[in-house]
Amino acid sequence: MLQRRALQALPLLLLISLLVFVLIHAAPGGPLAVYLSNPNVRPEDIERLRRALGLDRPLSLQYWSWLAAFVRGDWGFSFSDGRPVAARIVERVPATLELVGTSIVLAILLTVPAAIYSAVRRGRWFDRAATAVAVAGISLPAFWFGLLLQIVFAIALGWLPSSGRTTPGWSAGSGEFDSALLDHAQHLVLPATVLAVIQAAAWSRYLRGSMIDALAQPFVLAARARGIPARTVVVRHALRNAVGPVLAVVMLDAALLASGAVVTESVFAWPGLGSLFTEALARRDYSVLMALLMLTSIAIVVFNIVADVVHALVDPRIAV
Amino acid sequence: MRGPVLLLACLVAAAVIAPAIASYPPERIDLSHRREAPSAAHWFGTDDLGRDVFARVLFGARVSLAVGLLSAAVAGASGIAIGGVAGYAGGALDAVLMRATDAMLAVPRLPLLMIASAVLQPTVPLLVLMIGAAGWMETARVVRAEFLTLGGRGFVESARAAGAGHARLIAAHLLPNAAQAVVVSVTLAVARGILLESALSFFGVGVRPPQASWGNMLYQAQTTLATEPWLAFAPGLFILMTTLSVNLAGDRLAARPNP
Repeated sequence: MLQRRALQALPLLLLISLLVFVLIHAAPGGPLAVYLSNPNVRPEDIERLRRALGLDRPLSLQYWSWLAAFVRGDWGFSFSDGRPVAARIVERVPATLELVGTSIVLAILLTVPAAIYSAVRRGRWFDRAATAVAVAGISLPAFWFGLLLQIVFAIALGWLPSSGRTTPGWSAGSGEFDSALLDHAQHLVLPATVLAVIQAAAWSRYLRGSMIDALAQPFVLAARARGIPARTVVVRHALRNAVGPVLAVVMLDAALLASGAVVTESVFAWPGLGSLFTEALARRDYSVLMALLMLTSIAIVVFNIVADVVHALVDPRIAV
Repeated sequence: MRGPVLLLACLVAAAVIAPAIASYPPERIDLSHRREAPSAAHWFGTDDLGRDVFARVLFGARVSLAVGLLSAAVAGASGIAIGGVAGYAGGALDAVLMRATDAMLAVPRLPLLMIASAVLQPTVPLLVLMIGAAGWMETARVVRAEFLTLGGRGFVESARAAGAGHARLIAAHLLPNAAQAVVVSVTLAVARGILLESALSFFGVGVRPPQASWGNMLYQAQTTLATEPWLAFAPGLFILMTTLSVNLAGDRLAARPNP
């Protein structure tokens, strides 16, 4: 079953790779656009580069050789510093995992209790307030929310640092493990809050709806009729059935967050993949941009399959 | 329904009559009144070139609202066409169109648009087309699903048996019954379009200065956050008011019983 899903994903990934490839080659000047605007690069040099890099070959051939190299893990070299793209990406992964991981945990801690309470006490004051907050949350532009938090907590109150992952020279020189860790955690608070609030807003809407559906099912009534305590019915019976469809959404968002933290990471200068993307964008570093876009798309496709598998594990009625 | 729609109507009206409300032209530079905090003369203060922020927010509304509404129209129209063809024709055509939809949904929207904008350096109309082209998938899925379920229903069968052609079946029977679901998905596309435009402009690849958009005003505000925080306040609040009213209207529409 899993093999079938994986096989189905292959043409999808090919289609995506074609899309990404076409996008870069649609640029005026193609991948050499950076050199075209540079007056120090002579036209004959560009022609030489074009031939050396194989850019004079038919597009279909170029696509195949790019794809073959990409699959082998050869993602080319960054235009801006000449280092391998893979190395530049790998060094940014820990920061992104740290931020995204923290924000997902925070978001789940916010989502689950709020959504359950809303669904159980549907239409009461808490439900209405939580629903209003959730709509505000999904309408909130992440970068503005980030700027507001910076103004309030970093600039006006001075409680937390406004950007970066550590205070320069702090963790390296001081030698005090505790203070270095605290410094690190303080840097994490604001960006993780932005991501967590925005994710929790979206997820709680799904989970609330799915809980309301589950609570209306006959088996919940049957469990209640058997005298099982309300708390157990809600958590063991209803929640277990409600969580499946929401897990799919959470999984997909987790994949998106890995790159979709683009906005938040760049507002807070958090040195992860999102910041790498905006830096590469500013320098028109197409090889880095292509690799990041491809990797994120692959992550989304893979997480899609994982979400289906997990859904089937949680809910035996679903077959992968 | 009334509250959010009224707020949205006020925002659109303010954008339309912006020249009448604003006391200053949005791009007039006044170096003797730079970086002034909000006052009676400048309600939202002035920016680092002495431009009136209130006027820029109003004129920015024209760009931001136009991009949001028109890109949603583009997304909706293409979504209806693609989803409609897939749902109506079925078979191999359906399979191909749905794989393309899956592929588009698997590419993260904002990074894709950021690269495309950096590459193409779009004018505002092109930006509308690009955001629309990146947003048709949800509507296409909704329309396809509606067409598939409606296609098997009795009234469609009987219309077909009575000799209704393809065009008549689609225009008179399928589309009107799919309308509510389509309107909800297009409403969401409006909010998303406004957020995408502001994010692109915030990263300097969307609407280009000196023309004001809410996103590029925030881009400029970011550098002087410590000294002139008011520059970051108004544009973001207007984005939030717009997306919030659109999303609320969409929620209420979705909750309405199908007539």
